[in-house]
Amino acid sequence: MPFNILVLSCLAYVIFLFGVAWAAERRADRGRLGWLQSPLIYTLSLSIYCTAWTFYGAVGYAARSGLEFLTIYLGPTIVFIGWWWVLRKLVRIGRQQRVTSIADLISSRFGKSNLLGVIVTVIAVVAATPYIALQLQSVTLSFSVFASPTDDGFAPPGTEATAVWVAGGLALFTILFGTRNLDAKEQHHGIVTAIAVEAVVKLIALIAVGVFVVWGMADGPADMIARISASDVADWKLQPGRWTGLLFAAGAAVICLPRMFQVMVVENADERHLATASWAFPLYLFAMSLFIVPIAVMGLERLPATANPDMFVLTLPLAEGQGALAMLAFLGGFSSATSMVIVESIALATMVSNHVVMPVWLRLRPAKAVSGDVRRLVLLSRRMSIGVVLGLGYAYYRMSGGSTALAAIGLIAFVGVAQFLPAMIFGIFWRGATRIGAALGMTVGFVVWAYTLFLPSFGPGAVIPALVFVQGPFGIDWLRPQALFGVATMDPLLHALFWSMVLNTAAFLTGSLFTFPGPVERMQGAAFVRVFDTPSGSPRGWERGLADPEDLLVMSQRIMGDDDALVFFEAEAKGQGKAGYLPDPTPEFMARLERRLAGSVGAATAHAMMSQLAGRATVTVEDLMAVASESAQIMEYSARLESQQEEVTRTARALREANEKLMQLSIQKDAFLSQISHELRTPMTSIRAFSEILTEGDLPPEMVTNYGRIIHDEAKRLTRLLDDLLDLSVLENGTVQLNLGLANLSQMIDRALASASHTKPERSFVIHRDLPMENIFIRTDADRLVQVFINLISNARKYCDSDMPELRISVRQRGGRVTVDFADNGSGIPKASQALIFEKFARLTDQTRAGGAGLGLAICREVMANLGGTITYLPGQGGAAFRVAVPLRLERKTD
Amino acid sequence: MTARVLLIEDEPNITEAIRFILSRDGCDVTALADGAGAVAAVRAEMPDLVILDLMLPGVSGLEILAQLRADPVTQGLPVMMLTAKGQGRDREAAERAGANHFMTKPFSNDEMRAAVRALTGG
Repeated sequence: MPFNILVLSCLAYVIFLFGVAWAAERRADRGRLGWLQSPLIYTLSLSIYCTAWTFYGAVGYAARSGLEFLTIYLGPTIVFIGWWWVLRKLVRIGRQQRVTSIADLISSRFGKSNLLGVIVTVIAVVAATPYIALQLQSVTLSFSVFASPTDDGFAPPGTEATAVWVAGGLALFTILFGTRNLDAKEQHHGIVTAIAVEAVVKLIALIAVGVFVVWGMADGPADMIARISASDVADWKLQPGRWTGLLFAAGAAVICLPRMFQVMVVENADERHLATASWAFPLYLFAMSLFIVPIAVMGLERLPATANPDMFVLTLPLAEGQGALAMLAFLGGFSSATSMVIVESIALATMVSNHVVMPVWLRLRPAKAVSGDVRRLVLLSRRMSIGVVLGLGYAYYRMSGGSTALAAIGLIAFVGVAQFLPAMIFGIFWRGATRIGAALGMTVGFVVWAYTLFLPSFGPGAVIPALVFVQGPFGIDWLRPQALFGVATMDPLLHALFWSMVLNTAAFLTGSLFTFPGPVERMQGAAFVRVFDTPSGSPRGWERGLADPEDLLVMSQRIMGDDDALVFFEAEAKGQGKAGYLPDPTPEFMARLERRLAGSVGAATAHAMMSQLAGRATVTVEDLMAVASESAQIMEYSARLESQQEEVTRTARALREANEKLMQLSIQKDAFLSQISHELRTPMTSIRAFSEILTEGDLPPEMVTNYGRIIHDEAKRLTRLLDDLLDLSVLENGTVQLNLGLANLSQMIDRALASASHTKPERSFVIHRDLPMENIFIRTDADRLVQVFINLISNARKYCDSDMPELRISVRQRGGRVTVDFADNGSGIPKASQALIFEKFARLTDQTRAGGAGLGLAICREVMANLGGTITYLPGQGGAAFRVAVPLRLERKTD
Repeated sequence: MTARVLLIEDEPNITEAIRFILSRDGCDVTALADGAGAVAAVRAEMPDLVILDLMLPGVSGLEILAQLRADPVTQGLPVMMLTAKGQGRDREAAERAGANHFMTKPFSNDEMRAAVRALTGG
């Protein structure tokens, strides 16, 4: 097939996938998840287990080693059918703790230790490198098999150039779709859907080639079976040792591979999907393996002995002149490779950014840990990590020469990630497992794996000198890489698997038994091991009132973005029965916030950031004492007592708050009457005194004029006050007549600015506006809305205490609502007063006055309620900031 | 003898009215618009009468009164309190704090003149 057409089909296929992913993202954005969250999509996404290795390599494997290839399918099948309860526990923990990756899971289990996060990340990146190289190699290989020179003498580029292009293209696609959302728990619906589509493509492709082989080339199943029996494949002897080892490695890999963990746990939307997947995924694997042997046998029979068995899926249809079928097979292989690389690099990038880049950044800037835009940094580091991961894969491909059989490379990765297994499984079932044990076990396992399997895979003499293979390092015979402790007769893969797992587990158990878990570890251990007993995870950990809610809000805004943070804080405050954006820092709230932040930056980092604000390093001495002295029973008993006590405390708090509110209302009513009396009597005093002076006579004319003017001014002041009071009472009763019409927001702000420009004191005020955003037509009562704007602008003019006063007016439109923020650069409003400013006569300094009667913001609040909107104080914006929100189209009430 | 009156009141129009009324009655009126320097001003002037508004910017009139009564130099000065709140509670508080007279706004000019005459012994 001409090279150009091949490249075009690949591009068209990628664009199609892009379209699928984009459509799914849009659906998810609009909240219509529907079938995007079905068990079917979940099961199909699990099929990224079947990479190009399974697609091309399994046939080669069968041609070389007979039925042994089946272990790669049987391992996961055994895990999904027999160990589904382990998977269910993992998924439950993952959802409850908002786990973002396997590194996050292990770090989080062992006391949010970042050391473990780094170890897991390093192992995962190193182990995944050959695996990614394998995908690049298979795509490159299939390109070179498929592409033929065109008639005009154009030769396809060499394999190295192809590999570069493939790696670059995959990096671009992954960055475009994998790093749009920050919160890993927001899940990549687009990617998952695209992967489900690819799962279908590769299954159809492989079955189509199989059907063609059995019914098109042979004469049906009976003939096929006869051919299999006659071929060399039937003669392969079963090696029980290798079978057991490979079953174990494949079973471990399906849990431990970063990409499998990503789709199985992180992207899981509903635990029940696992029930479907526990039978449907083995079924998919069965269908994928059904035609492997027939294709292998037919390939060995028909194709020349020099043909690479890894490419039979492609070369068989080509040799038979079935161009379309070959094209389908090519796309199937392409799908297998792309889906694996995309998910693997997303998973690894999340780990690298959360466990390496973020902690380093936190440490480098401890003083300003929560300033600056963390989101951009996180996204940038994820994007760069994706590039680095694919770059490493390419480098391995170049170094290993791209000649090794596909299956051999894949197995190296399997054994590498299996090093997570002891820490993970013991971690979720044994509370005695400790951080030191996990770190020791994984490090030992990793070193053994690297020494006995990974480094030798570059070939003797490439990394480890050839002499070491024969004599051992420094002539120590029992340390030969492929014959540790003198075990020389074992198959190298089995040898590496055996020693790495045995030493890993031994180090893990020894480390765990000889060290004592820290308090945070014990809490997390209990939360993980007993995940099914405690519905909301561990409520302990944060103490009430240590952190300042405004600081927490500022930090959260940097990580989650302004709007998401405000929405989250407002909902939390509402849950506590408070208005505004600042909930009390209760332990429950702190725990929820930590989990929410953990979804963005990982558990360890989130914990560190919150700890900085809560003013403690990690845990208090009391925590330590309490944990050290307790036995397991006492702990469980006290946990139960504590939860009851907490319930009572919560009720008492709710009652106390309700009572306080009532008392405040009563005090406010008295204060209101007293205030009205004061506000009316003051102008009346002047009026009465001067009118008596005037009636007493005997005054020079200019004094008569002067005193007359004072009487006039004070009478006007009285009238204005009465107007305000009446306005307020009409607004509060909801009997106000609204004059609805379409009005331009920009013009309304112009009017307000013009009216408020006479406010005293007169001084130059810099106004920042965003005119294009203001160009919105709103259906509302324009005069009323302008009244609110005037109030806010004149307040800023009156009270902003900056030397260079500035007012920023920013407008946003979302959903059916428009928000207008007015933020000045003064010192803002003290937290204690923020709840009071919208009350009547709530001038902030109790005994003083600054001109008005103190009804302005109360009227604003009532006006906004009548306009179907809100006015709120925005904390954490530097100066005083108010947000006015109105519906874009206010409909007349139809009662 | 001219009675010297120190008036501490933040509303400029009310200050102007009282100054006019008392000046015509032969008093020498000094006015102060806020409570910050009030105690020091009283010590410096040693007037025959202090007229003190209850609600002042920065500090409450009751607070100033308490300070005057605590200081042996100003302890015996006659003080008249003015208030626009007009609630029984405020009157009691002012009398407890040692006010010699308590006047509610608005007042008639005769009332003001009579009270000042009584307090300055004129």
